[in-house]
Amino acid sequence: MIGRGTVASVQTIPAARNRWKLPSLRLQPWLVSWMQVAPLALILVVLFALPTVLFLAVSFFDYDRTGIYPAFMLDNYQELLTTPATLRVYLSSLKFASIVWAITLFLGFNIAYFLVFHVRSATLRIVFFLLCAIPFWTSGIIRTIAWIPFLGRNGAFNQLLMDSHITSKPLEFLLFSDFAVIITYVHLFTLLMIGPIANSLSKIDPALLEAARDSGASRWQTMVNVVIPLSKTGIALGSILVFTQVMGDYFVVKQMSGGQSASIVSALSTEIQAMQYPPAAANAMILVIFVAILVAGMMRVVDVRKELVK
Amino acid sequence: MASVTRKGEKRPWTTYALGSLFGLFLVFLYGPMAVIYVLSFQGPEGGVTFPMVGTSLTWFRDIVKPGQMANIPVSFSRSLELAVLVSCITVAVSVAAGLGFRRKFPGSGALFYLAIASLVMPSLLVGFGIGLGFQFLGWQTNLFTSALGAQLTWTLPFGLLAMFAVVNRFNRSWEEAASDLGATAWQRLVHVTLPILLPGILGVAMGAFTLSYDEYARTTLTIGTKNTLPLEIYALISSSSSPTLFAIGTITTAVSFAVIGVTLLLVFRMQRRRGLMKAA
Repeated sequence: MIGRGTVASVQTIPAARNRWKLPSLRLQPWLVSWMQVAPLALILVVLFALPTVLFLAVSFFDYDRTGIYPAFMLDNYQELLTTPATLRVYLSSLKFASIVWAITLFLGFNIAYFLVFHVRSATLRIVFFLLCAIPFWTSGIIRTIAWIPFLGRNGAFNQLLMDSHITSKPLEFLLFSDFAVIITYVHLFTLLMIGPIANSLSKIDPALLEAARDSGASRWQTMVNVVIPLSKTGIALGSILVFTQVMGDYFVVKQMSGGQSASIVSALSTEIQAMQYPPAAANAMILVIFVAILVAGMMRVVDVRKELVK
Repeated sequence: MASVTRKGEKRPWTTYALGSLFGLFLVFLYGPMAVIYVLSFQGPEGGVTFPMVGTSLTWFRDIVKPGQMANIPVSFSRSLELAVLVSCITVAVSVAAGLGFRRKFPGSGALFYLAIASLVMPSLLVGFGIGLGFQFLGWQTNLFTSALGAQLTWTLPFGLLAMFAVVNRFNRSWEEAASDLGATAWQRLVHVTLPILLPGILGVAMGAFTLSYDEYARTTLTIGTKNTLPLEIYALISSSSSPTLFAIGTITTAVSFAVIGVTLLLVFRMQRRRGLMKAA
């Protein structure tokens, strides 16, 4: 709250009422803003920017079994980029990210659209939103392992299928497979799509939809030419969140693929546990650059900041 | 906000299609979680899958019994303490920053993108960076230093984005009116701005609490020697396959629900009182 005390001077206050006060400091508005955001800036620089610069530096270091040594060498990167495993794990993560992105976008957009434009009662809308959001505020680990008794060979889903005579024997592919990984991701991350998209949709003036309808646009044309362009900020923000969460995951793949797939970060954490910090840092750096390019690409399509801060 | 159709008008088929999709989504969202809550009351002879062999509280009692689960209660209270602290800091910092971002200031773009970068950075890497930093400085990683810091890099950007949404809906003419009536900046903040923003601020506090309470990937490399609850649970997953794990899951979920419930209750009561005052 630093700096709030000085805002008054920015605006005109009747002098008579403040006559007994000391002449207040006249601070520039931008300076007031600076003081308000200073704690945030400080924390992010010290705890996020500096550590990132640090592992950038360490990625060029030399190491052996006993420790790491300052150096400038590209061996860590060279080793990483020439191992076929690197490419394989990136492709696998990208595959998961794209599939999960497509599913969560479909679900997220339709659900957000339903909540914003089809639910008429404001109270009901809030209740529905909360129903979507509440699981997000509970443990991701618990929500991941919740799928195990559900999808397993003797799990609830297989029993349901067999009891209703849809299948005669349990489906084996449900658990510890790519299928299980994808379904867990969708379960964990769909809200990250619903939230931003619903936020964008709720800013659309319904008069625009009526105008489109009155001018003879079909439902589909209204959707493609009016609704989607106006909600692209939400779509972009949701996509960024889902994509980066999947690329940065290491718990779900490890737990749900049954060891069949690896993720970028699980490979990296193995190196960290082995105290091989420089190769781990190089690995981290490649991932950061990769994610940054993806995010920057999406930010180019939509000016997220302009839409959010206005 | 308004719906695509006016009141009384016949609903289009899309309402029913989307409504069914939403219903199925809710089943998908809650189904598997319901399974583990039910299984946590499994009888003493039962296993980690259906069928239920009677019902009991055996697995809940297992948690407090000395032995394998000895670390659960203590790590649980650590998680709570850390979450409260993270929540308070997140509210103070992100509310101030949310207000600051209402004006354009030099560097606002850079700071915004720094926050976004912090949000999208793969979680484990944040912990890795902070852990490395502590190692270079010769400091011991600890719950209330490095782990707290690592969690803030996650809760603060969330808090900031939430504050953008809150501040966007705030009508600045309230503040102008307060100034015109002679309020000092401090009075205006305490009596006008913050009370109006309070429901949103409570939302930020709750969000930060639950994000911290369940956080795993950022914390694991920065925690030092004393684990939080999610880390203990993670360690248990590989070593234990009894319904105790589900019982722990049921309890942590109950705690999350309690926090969410109390917050929502407060917010609704506040909104209602405001509604009454408006009507009066």
